[in-house]
Amino acid sequence: MGGEKQWVGLAYVAPYVIGLLVFTAIPFGASFYLSFTDYPLLSAPIWVGLQNYIELIFHDRTFHRALQVTMTYVFITVPLKLTFALAIAYVLNYKLKFIGFFRTAYYVPSILGGSVAIAVLWRYIFADIGLVNMIITGLGFEAINFFGDPRYALFTITLLRVWQFGSAMVIFLAALQSIPAHVYEAAAIDGANKAQTFFFITLPLITPVIFFNLILQMVEAFQEFNGPFIITDGTGAPLRSTYLVPLYIYDKAFRQFDMGYASAIAWILFAIIMVLTLIAFWSSRHWVYYAGDKRS
Amino acid sequence: MTTTLSPDAAAALEEANAHNARTRRNQKISAVIRYVILAIVGFIMLYPLIWLVGASFKTNAEIFASPGFIPQSPTTEGYERGWDTSTRWNFGHFFLNTLWILIPKTIGTAISATLVAYGFARFDFPGKKILFVTVIATLLLPNVVTRIPQYLLFRDLGWLDTYLPLWVPSALAGDAFFVFMLIQFLRAIPRDMEEAARVDGANTIQTLIFIVIPLLAPAIISVCLFQFMWTMNDFLGPLIYISSVEKYPVSLALRLSLDVTEAFQWNQVLAMSALTLAPSLIVFFVAQRYFIEGISTGGVKG
Repeated sequence: MGGEKQWVGLAYVAPYVIGLLVFTAIPFGASFYLSFTDYPLLSAPIWVGLQNYIELIFHDRTFHRALQVTMTYVFITVPLKLTFALAIAYVLNYKLKFIGFFRTAYYVPSILGGSVAIAVLWRYIFADIGLVNMIITGLGFEAINFFGDPRYALFTITLLRVWQFGSAMVIFLAALQSIPAHVYEAAAIDGANKAQTFFFITLPLITPVIFFNLILQMVEAFQEFNGPFIITDGTGAPLRSTYLVPLYIYDKAFRQFDMGYASAIAWILFAIIMVLTLIAFWSSRHWVYYAGDKRS
Repeated sequence: MTTTLSPDAAAALEEANAHNARTRRNQKISAVIRYVILAIVGFIMLYPLIWLVGASFKTNAEIFASPGFIPQSPTTEGYERGWDTSTRWNFGHFFLNTLWILIPKTIGTAISATLVAYGFARFDFPGKKILFVTVIATLLLPNVVTRIPQYLLFRDLGWLDTYLPLWVPSALAGDAFFVFMLIQFLRAIPRDMEEAARVDGANTIQTLIFIVIPLLAPAIISVCLFQFMWTMNDFLGPLIYISSVEKYPVSLALRLSLDVTEAFQWNQVLAMSALTLAPSLIVFFVAQRYFIEGISTGGVKG
């Protein structure tokens, strides 16, 4: 390994290094700086210190509402999606015929789910006279005003994301399939029943994958934009009950061109995601089981 | 060979047989329960899509008349009138725009991600550890934080209302997911053949092109397919950067048709929605093996 070879490696990763600096690292720093400025886009940014943050934390009722809605959304969506993904992966992880067919069927929503077309479809499904209400009234119940009632509107957005559990499911399934058969045989010989086997054998063995999915889904859920934006025409209606923080950032930055203030919102959101990620990493010592040297 | 069993042993054998039969029966019941759960959940999940396709062939009067998906009087009116749009361009124009975003972006992604992953997986260089940490960090870094300065950068470069903001970051290996996925794949490939090629006098580029890329091909295809899907679905990028309707990709055109034709032209909107989903669905069904492999190995989001 001579000195020459070192430069070869650097040459190969050079595109990444340039991209990292220009499109990630410098913007990252710049947005932190901008969050302390008043920057109406057409004039130069003016340093205002902590003013944006003080306004956001103590006075901006819209932001408080958006944050509350976002937290509710994330804390309902992520556990629900992971539970579904794991449950279906568990049912699929069995010597079934057509397993490939089912896996495909469940995976389809997660490749289409982020698109405008699906958000449009969601509007039709949960409309006053939409698909769900046709079924509900057909069964003799009263129609639900999903997009008019703040109690239900967020639920429809949540459902849109839970519906896309397929990608998490495929990751769970791969993890379940990698558990060696002799582990289960040993459990069976010791007289463990199905529930015991699941909670004391299967679940601990796949905790690294649960952890991975948890972080990934959480970071994604905090940034949800397409669904609520298209379903509500960007308003977060009704009564801002679906007005997630990313919608507020979009409004401030690209409708009102208040770049400094929008950067401050983005940084608060980033800080929240970071803190939750760090808590997850810290707590993972206690609940994530890494086979490590025990694996033969 | 005949063996005589003592009465005790015979009883034990009988019990064992009965036990096996019970186990087999339990397994059968378990399999049936699993199929029933899978079929019901699967049907509920896919029904919205089935309904979408059916409703896109219905008349406007029929769409909200019943929850069934089979049109009573099938019509292609929704497709014909939706295709024309309310703008000067038809949907074909917007599909071509999407294609024109998609192709350079996908090629740029494939080339840059392969080069970078090769660099990380096969060479030592100063700062490698830190750079690899940044790959993971970018993987988890929420885009919301960098979006505003990126917009300002593209504005200063004069790139607004062009496709450059959509192409260039990807061509510089900007999607850390793909780099990470290819590194994972490469690590699993033994280096013997590459070392043999090097001994025979091949340089690193020749080794990459003739040895590594053929072995890595399935993973590179996965990368291209995921990039295809993400770009088809991408809405926020074009929404921020593309302002003239002439340059709209299908995602923005569909949203536009929602604003303009919403009133009572439901079948037009549904027909165009179904149409914009078609490319992704076709690609997925043709190449689903690559998706499943890609996601299981690289842990790529959907």
